[in-house]
Amino acid sequence: MSDAVVIPPPPTRPLAQRATDVVVWGGIIVLLLISFGHVDIARVPLLFANSANMRQFGQSFLRPDWTDLATYVSQMWLTLQIALWGTALAVLIAIPLGLAAARNVTPVWIQQPIRRMLDVLRSVPDLVLGTMFIVAVGLGPLAGVLALALNTGGVLGKLFSEAVESIDPKPVEGVRATGAAPLQEVVWGVLPQVAPLWTSYALYRFESNSRSATVLGLIGAGGIGQVLFESISGFQYERTAAIVIVIVVAVSIIDLLSQAMRQRLL
Amino acid sequence: MPAEAALEARDISKTYGGRRALDRVGLRVERGEMVALIGPSGSGKSTLLRAVSGLVTVDAGPGRISVFGLTVQQDGRIAETVRQVRQRTGFIFQQFNLVGRLTLFSNVMIGALGRLPFWIGLFGAWPHEEKLKAMAALHRVGVSDYAGQRANTLSGGQQQRGAIARSLVQGAELLLADEPVASLDPVAARRVMDTLSSLNRDDGLTVVVTLHQVDYAMRYCRRIVALEAGRIVYDGPAKGLDRALLAKIYGPEFQEALFEEEDR
Repeated sequence: MSDAVVIPPPPTRPLAQRATDVVVWGGIIVLLLISFGHVDIARVPLLFANSANMRQFGQSFLRPDWTDLATYVSQMWLTLQIALWGTALAVLIAIPLGLAAARNVTPVWIQQPIRRMLDVLRSVPDLVLGTMFIVAVGLGPLAGVLALALNTGGVLGKLFSEAVESIDPKPVEGVRATGAAPLQEVVWGVLPQVAPLWTSYALYRFESNSRSATVLGLIGAGGIGQVLFESISGFQYERTAAIVIVIVVAVSIIDLLSQAMRQRLL
Repeated sequence: MPAEAALEARDISKTYGGRRALDRVGLRVERGEMVALIGPSGSGKSTLLRAVSGLVTVDAGPGRISVFGLTVQQDGRIAETVRQVRQRTGFIFQQFNLVGRLTLFSNVMIGALGRLPFWIGLFGAWPHEEKLKAMAALHRVGVSDYAGQRANTLSGGQQQRGAIARSLVQGAELLLADEPVASLDPVAARRVMDTLSSLNRDDGLTVVVTLHQVDYAMRYCRRIVALEAGRIVYDGPAKGLDRALLAKIYGPEFQEALFEEEDR
């Protein structure tokens, strides 16, 4: 019979798609090859050639020196306090800015400039802000607090405003229909809806600020980071090991606590 | 000179991107009346009600809306007096519009915002007698047992009665109810309609209510205003609304609207 079943051939990808693949993957490979020399990949074997040094370094880490434990703990506590105040001030900054940057609460001619300002705050690294504040208020924890407050204020302001933009407008309309003033509409219609999300964001930033505050210590903003920097530059690896352990334990505890609190909120 | 009307809308139009939701509508409601606004979806009844509370701005032109002699809006602009009007006007929404994460009690206290000094309302430092007033209002509509519960844990009927209690705490003299029973089961719907009816009859509140179900309108309201495509096509006693007119307004399927209840 002539009506033999004609099975169509398996599909092939069009030439244009295959060409794009070659360009993208080829491009990535070319970039990696160009960068190979610039980042000294050729020196990887040193990792093993100098293994004696590494072993010595590792051994000192296995014998942490706990003699100054009290100092480390009190400096760690100072770092956490920097993070706490930095986050608290950031929340104070972020509440008005977050509301002012939300399209559904604020007219666009205010909202857009505020948004851009938050973008700027957020994009300046806190290390740069820290250095700036050290110049302004001198070495010490306050510079760290202010740096965290500004940077985190920018981050939280953006997150807060996005939470406000995703609320249900109906309850707000309900409050408006009672004859409430615009600010009262925000307090009674908007805030109850965003409260859990805002708290969760603030807690999350406190977690990450506990880590950032450590790094800020490296540039002289006080706390455990400063002690860490001094012991590393003095090649005191036993002390460094003890400090790192204190940091890891403290930051992990903060993470766990704050995660538990956030899960209860949502 | 007739007494000051509870609500007066004159010559108002509203256009949504070329479509006329309201076309030169005029409506006058006297104090103490209970009026039903009926009409198919898109006939403009909700737009009219929302315009009365200044939640919708109508087109610029000769149109003017006033409540108890206070201007709500004219010539396409919301008037300065709108918050005074809103304080005296309770608005009941189809979706209740309570703040879900607040307790029913807090939601009802929100009704006092317009009457109390700004800062007291802002921080929720409610005076004791205001709290008692809120509980009395909740009791009046039969949900005082749920005062401490979050609004979003309550049933639709309980939330809607809470919303009515919020209007009572406002001291509202005019109740505007926009499809108040459209999201409720028949039993809850009847309780809400009974509550509105009793507030009208016993407490002298003026009630204007939009309804999908014509049978509710005929049972609870003496006066019915029917809209079709943004125009008022009937305004008169419930008895005067005959089948021929309903068929014209709702189309051949009007039986469904009329006998929605009995079919269940």
